[in-house]
Amino acid sequence: MEIPYTVEIRRDTGLYNAKVGIWLFLASEVMLFGALFSSYILLRVGAPEGYWPHGWLTVWLGTLNTIVLITSSITTVMAWASLKMKNFSGFKFYHAITLCCAVTFLCIKSYEYHDKFIHNEITLKDGRIADGHLIKKTADVVTIEGHFVTDRKELFDTHNGFFGPPKHGELEIKTADIAKMSNYGPAHHTYNAIYFTLTGLHALHVIGGALVIFYLWAFGERMWKTDPERFTNRVEISGLFWHFVDLVWIFLFPVLYLL
Amino acid sequence: MSDQTHSEHPEHFAHHIRRYLYVFVALIIGTVFTVWASYIHFPSREINIAVALVIASCKAFLVAAYFMHLISERKMIYGILGFTIFFFTGLMALTLWSFGDFPPHTVTH
Repeated sequence: MEIPYTVEIRRDTGLYNAKVGIWLFLASEVMLFGALFSSYILLRVGAPEGYWPHGWLTVWLGTLNTIVLITSSITTVMAWASLKMKNFSGFKFYHAITLCCAVTFLCIKSYEYHDKFIHNEITLKDGRIADGHLIKKTADVVTIEGHFVTDRKELFDTHNGFFGPPKHGELEIKTADIAKMSNYGPAHHTYNAIYFTLTGLHALHVIGGALVIFYLWAFGERMWKTDPERFTNRVEISGLFWHFVDLVWIFLFPVLYLL
Repeated sequence: MSDQTHSEHPEHFAHHIRRYLYVFVALIIGTVFTVWASYIHFPSREINIAVALVIASCKAFLVAAYFMHLISERKMIYGILGFTIFFFTGLMALTLWSFGDFPPHTVTH
């Protein structure tokens, strides 16, 4: 059975069906991310004075990822424009760049996640707090690259610059002196919880979008030869999703990295 | 990406491609400006938040209007988006409204 209105325009909507479908889907996505942004606002406003973190993420990495996603957005629209101009090799070229951008984005995000999972806050039995990145952990000693603070509040407004925190020396802490040790994973603070939720969901969208674009890029030639208009519409739909992913990041970047 | 409004003549598309490049440059400048503005110490943090969100909204408008071609779409799409904006605004309004909803004698910061 042939799927109707994949190319031809429906009289009542003035559009081919997939386009109505993707916009309805994107509308539901706006509400999904909207609910999470709403949670972010409530968590932030509900945090005790001075206990909402500033500077826990490295700004230059977030900026780089923003530029990577913007670049992928223009290559996506150029890939579609190439097909409209009957230039299939142009489509292959631009979407190859889109895919490289998607992989780069995910690599940078993975590095940032790893950085959070090796970053530890260690409360000592004498009340001092050591904060830094784990280098080595044995049964007797924990070695971190970090510093001591006397008040936990000092960890929340780090005044880190564009290139992240300053380099600290190595600290060796005896395991027997440790009262509590936790990494900067989702359970560390509500900020980390909402950061991992928002960026994790966004990363899943990047992976999903990249897989679709890869499929069209790698296996699309046959359809391009037999039904070029339908193939162009498929590329358009995947492009609309990809632009939405970029659009979400445009808000995530200042909200999580800068404010 | 409205196919109703874009002819397939290469010279017509050259005009669109130039526009995409302008939008790309504007988005990069917007990103740099967002980062720069975040290091300015305004009288209150609320101003920093407002500035960042205004820049982000301008960038989002550029992506939606030109890369997603919303500037020249069909009425049906505007209808769907109208409902989305209504419910999204409602969600944010309820969120902000909830700030004032404290039980009596609640100690706030």
